Amino acid sequence: MFEKEKLESIRVSAKEYRERLEAQVKKRPERQAGFATDSGIEIKTLYTPEDIADLDYERDLGFPGSYPFTRGVQPNMYRGRLWTMRQYAGFGTAEETNARFRYLLEQGQTGLSVAFDLPTQIGYDSDHPLARGEVGKVGVAIDSLEDMETLFEGIPLDKVSTSMTINSPAAILLAMYIAVAEKQGVTPDKLNGTIQNDILKEYIARGTYIFPPGPSMRLITDVFAYCSKNVPNWNTISISGYHIREAGSTAVQEVAFTLADGIAYVQAAIDAGLNVDDFAPRLSFFFNAHLNFFEEIAKFRAARRLWAKIMRERFGAKNPRSWMLRFHTQTAGCSLTAQQPMVNIMRTAFEALSAVLGGTQSLHTNSYDEALALPSDESVLIALRTQQVIGYEIGVTDTVDPLGGSYYIESLTNEIEEKAMAYIKKIDELGGAPEAIEFMQKEIKDSAYRYQMDIESGKKVVIGINKFQMEYEKPKNLLKVDPAVAERQTAKLQALKARRDNQKVKQVLNNLREAASTKENLMPLFIDAVKAYATLGEICDTLREVFGEYRQQIVF
Amino acid sequence: MSERPIRVLVAKPGLDGHDRGAKVIAQALRDAGMEVIYTGLRQTPEQIVEAALQEDVQVVGLSILSGAHMHLFPAVVEGLRAQGADDILVVGGGIIPDEDIPLLKEAGIAEIFGPGTPTTEIIRFIREEVAKRTQKEEEKQ
Repeated sequence: MFEKEKLESIRVSAKEYRERLEAQVKKRPERQAGFATDSGIEIKTLYTPEDIADLDYERDLGFPGSYPFTRGVQPNMYRGRLWTMRQYAGFGTAEETNARFRYLLEQGQTGLSVAFDLPTQIGYDSDHPLARGEVGKVGVAIDSLEDMETLFEGIPLDKVSTSMTINSPAAILLAMYIAVAEKQGVTPDKLNGTIQNDILKEYIARGTYIFPPGPSMRLITDVFAYCSKNVPNWNTISISGYHIREAGSTAVQEVAFTLADGIAYVQAAIDAGLNVDDFAPRLSFFFNAHLNFFEEIAKFRAARRLWAKIMRERFGAKNPRSWMLRFHTQTAGCSLTAQQPMVNIMRTAFEALSAVLGGTQSLHTNSYDEALALPSDESVLIALRTQQVIGYEIGVTDTVDPLGGSYYIESLTNEIEEKAMAYIKKIDELGGAPEAIEFMQKEIKDSAYRYQMDIESGKKVVIGINKFQMEYEKPKNLLKVDPAVAERQTAKLQALKARRDNQKVKQVLNNLREAASTKENLMPLFIDAVKAYATLGEICDTLREVFGEYRQQIVF
Repeated sequence: MSERPIRVLVAKPGLDGHDRGAKVIAQALRDAGMEVIYTGLRQTPEQIVEAALQEDVQVVGLSILSGAHMHLFPAVVEGLRAQGADDILVVGGGIIPDEDIPLLKEAGIAEIFGPGTPTTEIIRFIREEVAKRTQKEEEKQ
């Protein structure tokens, strides 16, 4: 990017600079012996054109909206439209969550994001013994289509886009969404949204798996195939680095393991006979925005460039939309402190800013009280306002990729890409992501431990934890889920079971059982089953009979 | 006093899959010279009690972030008592609201470690409590 003579002259003056620097450091030592990003990438005192001497603008950055998309997926990014402000919400019953959704939409939120409780995520009805104490706690309890109808009551599904954080039973929840839309008179081709539907990261980092990898991957490719024909605007998977990061990975590992999972899904779909350009444009990603500001910005840019290369070079995708890495971001839950919780507002704001400077398509900002409880209406509003300040007040959305060309950012983007690629190569050698689950778990565990030890040794400063501690007032109005939710939910479920056509339910479940042991696409059978008000637990139990259950290998 | 290392069972009761804290603490206890067994995810209180007895541990550490602690933590203590193993020290951690802590302590959880607790504090607590209990045992004999 630079003329040879110019670079030579910079090299000469840089040498002089380094001499002056050394003299300065001798006189006044620096704060630390060395500086590094959270991924352990060494940080120099100063970056100059020398650090990006090999950068080729057209090859490595290009223009936003075109390959390799380093500078963003749209030509004008936020000048056209801001990212979708999508606060993740859900608790208690479908009625309560419906009320929170309506509140958020009234406050200017532009997309919905549904949190499901753990029994729903693991395919148990609310009356299952293992659901004890968990119903409605970390999300909304959905047992049947009836609950889904309540959840979206009064919310026109052709007008909002809905993201659902659901993985193992994602196909079934999508079937319910399609059925609710139909009742509203909305055809599937009008539906916009995302199901997380990412099972590999469940085995690697998050733990809400049901079935073994083989059948789980089949459910995913069934969704790809069904949606490419019937629900063309649906994001059929959100390949999630978020949880990998929350489990303790570094930024580099987050990129590497997420894209390695992505490679596994693409390969599985191709192996199932799908054409890459038929499904690849609907793949989406989900990343974490952590505290190390510049590293996070560079991470998003590196991930985009790396995925573009993988799709074009490795999988031979032809459609430019297949090369594009579009992503949702959530600020880092694990960076929030229970101590001096108001400080979390600042942490979240900076994290959100890094996501915006990194070019995210959608964003969730965490609420300051989340290290203590589920967020209250008040704390969620401040979190949403944080996004709105970034979007409307501080001018960072007025030009595309404003940090592009920064010597530091470009150098860091290169380094993250290289290091992530080295990991992907290693995972390939192990046989791909499904075979490398334990390897990734171990890498994450080691990083988490290192991070904790860095905090305890004071090497890493966390305000309120190991520096600037003080007495503080605990927030009031913490949200508490009504313990009677489980009883109400169970009563509703019993009433449904008494009212529905149980003969019909038996029949749809039998059909499903039979189809599950063939290669038939299961999506139409799920839609039939949910319409007959078969419960999520019944449907998952039917699949458990055929597929079996995943047993975790304990890596420790 | 015997030189046997302290044996600890680290367990994740309920459906919560967030095990970063459990794993970090398990590693820290191990680095502090304890013998640590980690159960993995989705354990029922009954399974945890059984593992604690089988592994002959002195300490059970429970971790939960999903809010189901009021149902699951006391059930572990009750299960241990029912098996005559009330000498086992039970501690807990995770996202536990302040107002629940006295109730959990009443139910027999010796201590609750919230977010931001240094692992050194947990190690110190376990060592002191186990030493107290060992001493009592020796006095009895």
